[in-house]
Amino acid sequence: MKVRLDEQTIALRAANEFEDGSVVNLGYGMPGLCANFVPEDRQVFFQSENGVLGYGELAPDEEKDYELINACDQPVTRQPGMCFFDSGISFDMIRGGHVDIVVLGAYQISEKGDLANWGRPGRPATGMGGAMDLAIGCKKIIITMLHTTREGKSRIVKECTFPLTAKECVDMIITDLAVIEVTGQGLILREIAPGWTVEEVQAVTEPKLVVSPDLKEVEL
Amino acid sequence: MNKVYDTCDAAVTGIFDGATIMIGGFGSFGGLPRNLLVALTKQGAKNLTIVANAGGVGFELSKRIKPEGYQDSGVLYENGQVRKFIGSVPALGGMPPTAPLEKAYNEGKIEIETVPQGTLAERIRAGAGGLGGFYTPVGVGTVVEQGKEKKVINGREYILELPLTADFALIKAHKADTLGNLVYKGTARCFNPIMAMAAKVTIVEVDKLVQPGEFDPEVIITPHIYVDRITEVPR
Repeated sequence: MKVRLDEQTIALRAANEFEDGSVVNLGYGMPGLCANFVPEDRQVFFQSENGVLGYGELAPDEEKDYELINACDQPVTRQPGMCFFDSGISFDMIRGGHVDIVVLGAYQISEKGDLANWGRPGRPATGMGGAMDLAIGCKKIIITMLHTTREGKSRIVKECTFPLTAKECVDMIITDLAVIEVTGQGLILREIAPGWTVEEVQAVTEPKLVVSPDLKEVEL
Repeated sequence: MNKVYDTCDAAVTGIFDGATIMIGGFGSFGGLPRNLLVALTKQGAKNLTIVANAGGVGFELSKRIKPEGYQDSGVLYENGQVRKFIGSVPALGGMPPTAPLEKAYNEGKIEIETVPQGTLAERIRAGAGGLGGFYTPVGVGTVVEQGKEKKVINGREYILELPLTADFALIKAHKADTLGNLVYKGTARCFNPIMAMAAKVTIVEVDKLVQPGEFDPEVIITPHIYVDRITEVPR
């Protein structure tokens, strides 16, 4: 049976990338779900732009404490060792390379790893928030997104037509159809959603994919 | 020297037409000097330049964030008090385009300068600390680099960003002592401490006012010399 991974499953797959002891920032939307999927044997420190390091899982909305939220306005839980700081220190951490992994959403990613994830057509007033700083400063950039637009067009493109967040910054793309690594040798197709063939995924991906010799079904 | 004002209305006196005002907080409810914002709308200063991380959503859309709704800086744009907005999230993509700032912008009534969030924080710190600017890699190869000096330092490309200061800062802290030392609560700290340091007149709304000596000096985040006016809004 052909399956498109749902948002929870994409977040679960992304969270598998978090190594023990890593500092991780989660972007708006699907990436935020990763906070609930940290593998049990690993300790991860979640950093958020508004000035918190080491928060726990997301809290239920009805228990919302507006002074304990992440940058996506989601209520989070306290955890021993959690600390707060101002926006200046928060972005020192981000720009200065002290955040190991950031998971972001995207409108488009180019085959070179250029990222476009903030400017929306018809909405000139939307801003980039902290995305440009995160894309420049974090050591590993993972994108979680749907593989295609509502109209079925590839979000992975030869050249981005949307406003860029940063050039050549993306390391890994996790979609509802595939896990793709962005390398100097091109886009490596590493994992594929259950029931899909390489040809079917390639057909909805604008640039040419390089199929990994170890290609497997998405590993959860 | 008395820094304590009885009401928010009294605390915002003297804000003049054409002033640049920094507004603390991050985006939603926590950390926002909400009562000072309401007082500023009553005070009525016009032609303002607002420096804030986010443009706010206005009372109607705020109900999507907090069911009973709350007043954010949106009310200033609705009132036609603002000429220019400088910040990282003028409008939230997840909200309809009816937020007051986005509406005023689309009607050609307001100028927007969009700044990456970390660059915004650093420009405010540069202004607070008397620096002439700084070079950052953030924005290289994007629209943000347009019109800015570029420089290669140790093989990496950077752009020059200039400092930001303000005539007034509206700040939300958890507690103040009557001297003006401030402590914050949780993630409501965000832009508040750095903006408090970058304005000529810093006006602070606190949940609780205490006497000097009640804070352990080790926990004070904003030293009192940065604070000019304090008003307590108990909750």
